[in-house]
Amino acid sequence: MSQALKDLSDYLVEVKGNLIDRAELAYDELTLIAVPGNLIELMTFLRDDAQCQFVSFIDICGVDWPGRADRFDVVYHLLSPRQNFRIRVKVMTSEDVPVPSLTPVFPGADWFEREAYDLYGILFTGHPDLRRILTDYGFEGHPLRKDFPLTGFVEVRYDDEVKRVVYEPVELRQEFRNFDFLSPWEGTDYVLPGDEKAKG
Amino acid sequence: MNEHNVRNFNINFGPQHPAAHGVLRLVLELDGEIVERVDPHIGLLHRGTEKLIEAKTYLQAIPYFDRLDYVAPMNQEHAFALAVEKLAGVTVPKRGQLIRVLYSEIGRILSHLLNITTQALDVGALTPPLWGFEEREKLMVFYERACGARLHAAYFRPGGVHQDLPHELVEDIGKWCDPFLQTCDDIEGLLTDNRIFKQRNVDIAVVKLDDAWAWGFSGVMVRGSGAAWDLRRSQPYECYSELDFDIPIGKNGDCYDRYLIRMQEMRESVKIMKQCVEQLLGKEKIGPVSATDGKIVPPKRGEMKRSMEALIHHFKLYTEGYRVPEGSVYAAVEAPKGEFGVYLVSDGSNKPYRCKIRAPGYAHLQAMDFVCRGHQLADVSAALGSLDIVFGEVDR
Repeated sequence: MSQALKDLSDYLVEVKGNLIDRAELAYDELTLIAVPGNLIELMTFLRDDAQCQFVSFIDICGVDWPGRADRFDVVYHLLSPRQNFRIRVKVMTSEDVPVPSLTPVFPGADWFEREAYDLYGILFTGHPDLRRILTDYGFEGHPLRKDFPLTGFVEVRYDDEVKRVVYEPVELRQEFRNFDFLSPWEGTDYVLPGDEKAKG
Repeated sequence: MNEHNVRNFNINFGPQHPAAHGVLRLVLELDGEIVERVDPHIGLLHRGTEKLIEAKTYLQAIPYFDRLDYVAPMNQEHAFALAVEKLAGVTVPKRGQLIRVLYSEIGRILSHLLNITTQALDVGALTPPLWGFEEREKLMVFYERACGARLHAAYFRPGGVHQDLPHELVEDIGKWCDPFLQTCDDIEGLLTDNRIFKQRNVDIAVVKLDDAWAWGFSGVMVRGSGAAWDLRRSQPYECYSELDFDIPIGKNGDCYDRYLIRMQEMRESVKIMKQCVEQLLGKEKIGPVSATDGKIVPPKRGEMKRSMEALIHHFKLYTEGYRVPEGSVYAAVEAPKGEFGVYLVSDGSNKPYRCKIRAPGYAHLQAMDFVCRGHQLADVSAALGSLDIVFGEVDR
């Protein structure tokens, strides 16, 4: 498997090296890193080329790395049923730089891009209908971003007086407890509370 | 009525509708009886599973997978367990693999039984659900006897399965197989040549193979359109490559073909289950069911009474959990509804950095507009039934 993937990776770098920044092989999986501008051309090639035939669209998802200037990864997964390969394509983007929509190449990308927009706020240009999909009507914020609190900002309840569901700020009886059991003896890079005093 | 008065009609289908199979709100635009546009509104069951998983250790993430496709809970756990095992480089002992395969197939039958019978219900047949649910109940009991819960199993853990099966249970599962084939015949006798069932399903919601791939379909949805594609065969995991079973495929890609495939797949699942039972009672009768190195799978109670190291492992694994090497993997299983994948990004700590759940139903449901356009209003529920949607996994 990995030899065949290696061959595929070499072939892709040779033929479309101008579109690919880097090709990585890890855990028997091939990842191509590209820039958003080349995405559509690269995906069309992967779909149509006789040695690739990645005709099956699998997934689009975002990953948030708040420490980075381009904070989002947009990760595409494709499958080639004929060659029996999987491939992953990654592009990086930030909050206000849009990525070209994949819907002209794969119609199935529609909802997956809406989901990435809904949960991360990643923008896609050329998407036919980029609105929220999983969260509530009128929801604010992008819940899967790392800076969005797990408990959220609003909660709903049915109000018997006004006879409808009302939104209120989240009120926790007890502060959300984040148990940090990560062992400090295995090379953590954070300072345990109280330790900063020891230095001074 | 003159020409000017004719206008398209918008109706809301759901969110509380018995044929919506959960909480689906479909906004339909109708021209008379003909569907012009379908806009599914989903997310009414969104629970933020992916966000919650990011805040939990790897072991604590397992139960969330039961709550996705709650019709076949263990198949979902399987994908997550495979992803963690791939990152951590753990291999599952043979007996553990056989138990996983056995219960994955039980899950497949659970899901197909529910889907076939409720689809029949959607098009007007009341008896199949009554017969099918009796068998589902028996299978639920097998779930319960293995892990203590009928639905939320948390049984497939990274490294293997949680507990060994008693031999009596394996024997009982073996005894269940043949009478179930009879039930299959009975249900098939009600539906396969039934005139009404055929009128409602043949040539409805036809999907061509090229479209099926491009829309991200998988599982029965591509096999119905003629692709011999099954992850259990084409990208085998566990010990599927050693087992003997066939992959039924369809010709026309309509609702009726998909029904026939599901029916046949249940028989194939029984075939697999019989082989597993034979091995579990034969040459794999004793042996470990999960990885034994103690770094991922907690030690058994008996060991902890004697070994200090086991006690330490137990404490550490249930508080800190285990660390998974940095990297990202995609692991997929052939769930009853199609390809269920987990894209797992690890930053080397004890919690997943990102866990994207790729649910087959999500890709299938988004094609509702494509599939239903130009059909009659009554065909919407037939198409929806044959897409095999469960909202737990669509909304996550």
